[in-house]
Amino acid sequence: MTSLYNIWNLGIKELRSLWQDKILLVFVAVAFTVMIYTAGSAGSMELNNAPIAVVDQDQTTLSGRVINSLQQPWFLEPDLVRYDQVDELLDKGSHTFALVIPEGFERKVRQGQPVSLQLNIDATRMSQAFIGTTYIQRFTLTEVAEFLQPGSAATSQLPIQLVTRVRFNPNLDGTWFGGVMEIITQVTLISIILTGAALIREREHGTVEHLMVMPLRPFEIMAAKVWANALVVLLAASVSVTLVVQHWLNVPIAGSVALFLLGTLIHLFSTTAIGILIGTVARTMPQFGLLLILTILPLQLLSGGITPRESMPELVQNIMLAAPTTHFVSMAQAILYRGAGIDVVWPQMLALAGIGAVFFSAALVLFRRHLSV
Amino acid sequence: MAEDIARLDGLSHRYGDTLALDNIQLTIPAGCMVGLIGPDGVGKSTLLGLIAGARKLQQGSLTVLGGDMASQRFRNRVSPRIAYMPQGLGGNLYHTLTVDENIDFFADLFGLAGSARQQQIDRLLDATGLKSFRDRPAGKLSGGMKQKLGLCCALIHNPDLLILDEPTTGVDPLSRKRFWDLIDTIRGQQSGMSVLVATAYMEEADRYDWLVAMDDGKILDTGSPRELKERTGTTTLDDAFIALLPDQRQETIPAELLASTQDQPQSEQGATPAIEAQHLTLRFGSFTAVKDVSFSIAKGEIFGFLGSNGCGKTTTMKMLTGLLPATEGEVFLFGAPLDAQDLATRRKVGYMSQSFSLYGELTVRQNLELHARLFHLPKDSVAPRIEKLAREFSLDEVMDQLASALPLGVRQRLSLAVAVVHEPELLILDEPTSGVDPAARNQFWSLLLRLSREEGVTIFISTHFMNEGERCDRISLMHAGEVLACDTPEALIQAAGADDLEGAFMQTLEAVAKEPDTDTSAAVITDTPNEQPKHRSFSLQRLWAYGRREARELLRDPIRMAFAFVGSALLMLILGYGITMDVEDLSFAVLDRDQTPQSRDYVTALSGSRYFLEQPPLHSLEELDYRMQTGELSLALEIPSGFGRDLKSGRTTEIGVWVDGAMPFRGENILGYVQGMHLSYLSELALRTYGETPALSLVSLEDRYRYNQDFRSLDAMVPAVIPILLIFIPAILMALGIVREKELGSITNLYVTPVTRLEFLLGKQLPYVAFSMISYASLVVLAVAVFDVPVKGGLLTLTLGALLFVTATTALGQVMSSFASTQIAALAATAILTILPTVQFSGLTEPASSLEGPGALIGPFWPATWFLQISRGVFTKGLSLADMQSAFLTLAAFIPVLTALAVVLLRKQGR
Repeated sequence: MTSLYNIWNLGIKELRSLWQDKILLVFVAVAFTVMIYTAGSAGSMELNNAPIAVVDQDQTTLSGRVINSLQQPWFLEPDLVRYDQVDELLDKGSHTFALVIPEGFERKVRQGQPVSLQLNIDATRMSQAFIGTTYIQRFTLTEVAEFLQPGSAATSQLPIQLVTRVRFNPNLDGTWFGGVMEIITQVTLISIILTGAALIREREHGTVEHLMVMPLRPFEIMAAKVWANALVVLLAASVSVTLVVQHWLNVPIAGSVALFLLGTLIHLFSTTAIGILIGTVARTMPQFGLLLILTILPLQLLSGGITPRESMPELVQNIMLAAPTTHFVSMAQAILYRGAGIDVVWPQMLALAGIGAVFFSAALVLFRRHLSV
Repeated sequence: MAEDIARLDGLSHRYGDTLALDNIQLTIPAGCMVGLIGPDGVGKSTLLGLIAGARKLQQGSLTVLGGDMASQRFRNRVSPRIAYMPQGLGGNLYHTLTVDENIDFFADLFGLAGSARQQQIDRLLDATGLKSFRDRPAGKLSGGMKQKLGLCCALIHNPDLLILDEPTTGVDPLSRKRFWDLIDTIRGQQSGMSVLVATAYMEEADRYDWLVAMDDGKILDTGSPRELKERTGTTTLDDAFIALLPDQRQETIPAELLASTQDQPQSEQGATPAIEAQHLTLRFGSFTAVKDVSFSIAKGEIFGFLGSNGCGKTTTMKMLTGLLPATEGEVFLFGAPLDAQDLATRRKVGYMSQSFSLYGELTVRQNLELHARLFHLPKDSVAPRIEKLAREFSLDEVMDQLASALPLGVRQRLSLAVAVVHEPELLILDEPTSGVDPAARNQFWSLLLRLSREEGVTIFISTHFMNEGERCDRISLMHAGEVLACDTPEALIQAAGADDLEGAFMQTLEAVAKEPDTDTSAAVITDTPNEQPKHRSFSLQRLWAYGRREARELLRDPIRMAFAFVGSALLMLILGYGITMDVEDLSFAVLDRDQTPQSRDYVTALSGSRYFLEQPPLHSLEELDYRMQTGELSLALEIPSGFGRDLKSGRTTEIGVWVDGAMPFRGENILGYVQGMHLSYLSELALRTYGETPALSLVSLEDRYRYNQDFRSLDAMVPAVIPILLIFIPAILMALGIVREKELGSITNLYVTPVTRLEFLLGKQLPYVAFSMISYASLVVLAVAVFDVPVKGGLLTLTLGALLFVTATTALGQVMSSFASTQIAALAATAILTILPTVQFSGLTEPASSLEGPGALIGPFWPATWFLQISRGVFTKGLSLADMQSAFLTLAAFIPVLTALAVVLLRKQGR
């Protein structure tokens, strides 16, 4: 009981201290509004304004139609070039694609002879290269089918039709993805920074020592930092989800926001503990900053939030199972995009709670040792 | 030589809203020893900084050594004639550098060379007794020795004016005496030299020729010590200073409290002592911080701990509070052994640590309330207790102000109020009056005496003010971790046969001092007339001095080194694997309602591809829903019943495909894979059944993936990760390297020595460029050996590009550093500002030509854009220097532009 009373009072102190630190507050506010909005409205992973050059050796109606089909927003207006310019353009990196339409293209199509178009792709541009290729292929085939049999859909004569439905994000709209993932990123980042900075601020001002001569236990001091900073981040995240994502970016949230926030709370238990861990290892603010960079980048980049987890090496996948962000990302994606309920995400929540308990205990051990030196 | 060394006319100085100096009129006479006296924060340091040229003149005029200090040209000319030692122990020194390396650095800055240089160094080392410590890092010297080294560095160039800002604060009395003896010797040999000193020790000021008493940015009075005492009718300078203060601030200790000191029974025989230490020893590794300390303090006694900084006072006090566990020995509090885990004993003790350790961001009331609650005062007694304390400690008027906004003296009163909020029986106070003015100190002592005499609180206090030691019941003299003597002040003075406590302490110290005495007979200063080397606008010697020093510091800082090397390698591994654009091993499952050879044939085509991994089959649409929701399946197929029959009879049939679009980029890829696979399955099927290909597949697209035939993500990403890491880490380390100097105070050396901004920047840049090139080499090795990414072009071309690039990125770090005044701000700003444009606008994922809006404008003006081209050009396209001429030229152009910008933004004077 007295423990709870102490934790409560120390937590209030944390909140008051944070309230006075206007720079940090502005930082938190910007992170959860401007950053989310920017990330959401940028949406850059799909094909967008890909630069393409075309060598038209055929100069016929059909080749003209194929060229016309390559349009914005997917492609920039195609540049018509000579064949001998292709190498230079790709070397310079000014164009990702160079399509060569051979002489006699239209004639051969009419006569039913095989004909192939050459597509040169700068394969170092991974994100545009593959998707762009499938688009160019689809557009070309559609134009050819239209040309042969006006009014027919391109593939109607095929024996097996594919009826594709993209679930959870029918138009594969980047805004949906970017905005929500940014919240997940910021929750982790800000909670680690706030807690770690709060601990280092206490040490730099000598107040940790001061707390240790009072009738307080290390557990109480740590628990107070955890609840106070977690509360701030949780509030910011809920404002961000409802106001920025749902209202400004107009992204439909499939599942329950309350369930997401519950999961966030469990996640914050781990990240605030990580903040304390780094805070105890680092002696000064700059060291904290350097360590933070080395911690946060793998947590974020390898969590599956930026690129698909299944494409990473198996070893990396297995190691990342110990990171809270991996489970948080998969839980958040399930709830927010796929409308999953607690019946679906309970394993992730359990994993988060377990990892949180481990990190919290480790932080407590280090924090105790840290205080006694 | 002019009559006066400095003339100040209408000089004012502000920091933000705070007025540090208020319209000062002062003429400082030449050829003598001038003291600035007054407590912390009255403007002494500001005044000295202005005279030394370390701070920029804001208002009024200042003439030093006959010239106008507002003129940059005059400052350049005069700087070799002035020596400035800033506040703090070794403030202008570099703590990881040895004694020799520090002196060498300063000799280089002042352009000394040849045999004259060696003679001067030898003489100074002889005179200060530092000769036997030449290889010791400055940070490991004692306080007194640090100050002597600081003096060596300041005197290396035979200045005409020596400016010392509180050179002896926190130094023990014996070292202090030796320091002043050294100054006297030097002045005796070079009679023309003027010395300007700021001090908080009034005892010291007694030996100066001329004094300036300052308070609150104003000058109270000037004159010789005797004149000041006579004018105020006092016997000591302490009292004279208090008498000079405005009336309402004057404060003396009530006579009855002082008198009661003598009446206090020393200790009641047989009673349990409040605190008892038995043979306390504490070792950190091989270093013994406290050695065999024992004492016993009776209830109600005021017990003083006297000693210099770093002698073990604080460490001993921390052991008494349980903050530090003792290596040997025991502590008894009120008769019971100290148990650090026992929360009940903590309630009996109040502790005030050396630095202000309250929450500056809380108000006075909030601080008091917080502590009252944490000590579990009954709820209804909190308010009355706080009210009582506010009254007793005169805090009424400031109750709702932030603690950080209070003057030092008031803050210390608040700290004391907080320490006694729970009415402890024992108070442990660690240097509570350091830096506080004499009047506020008197007020503080009145409170202490009242607590002790009227409420019977035992007080254990440490101080380096001798006159405070005289007010204690008993004191213990501490030096280098050992207690030298312990008794009442009177008894100690008598035993040593000295006049006062300072004399007694000094004699006790002399008996044990290990530090070699100064050889005062040695000639310190050459008699040759001062020939000043001509000020040159650019000197390689000074540039090298900074370069070599920075490299040494960097080599001795494990955290920064680790970040430079391990950090970049680790980040490369993470980024290489993390930013993979390959979409592979996608899990899919099939709801096969047909279960015919035809349907299975179709599924086999899919599961045979390297992109897809088949999962256990689906049995219902609900299951399909659920398994997609959990994220287990990225793709699901539904094959209708009758699929095989329809296919055989030539009727068109449909397959349902569900794709997880939660991650749009992955969704696009899945769609592409499925469609491609579907078409090729169909052509193969047609070929098998009809022996011909359908009309549509006559038109084919011949994909030629250039530069990366296997379409491996790593081959594309690794050459792009190298530029990111080579902009990010070098820029951060460089920015930290400069801001560190600002934070630690060694930036003063840029302000007051002849080094120019360009020399300073280029010198500091060299080691970081070298470090970055080593880190570049390790990244290339990692790329080739671990990631198996071949370098198709010339390694030399790539290395040249990298050299240009890291020179530009370190210059970028220098530009960033000019906006930040703390290391953490430099870190955050540089990290954010380098990562964003590099990742978004340099063409990392999208070619620069696809960018729109501001990104398209920023891209070409960002060095990473060009090095990315070079790196990809060499790694994947095998291009030569000639092919990428324009990229190289543009990259090179960044260097002079950024360096010029950094020079313009860097200030040659502080504010």
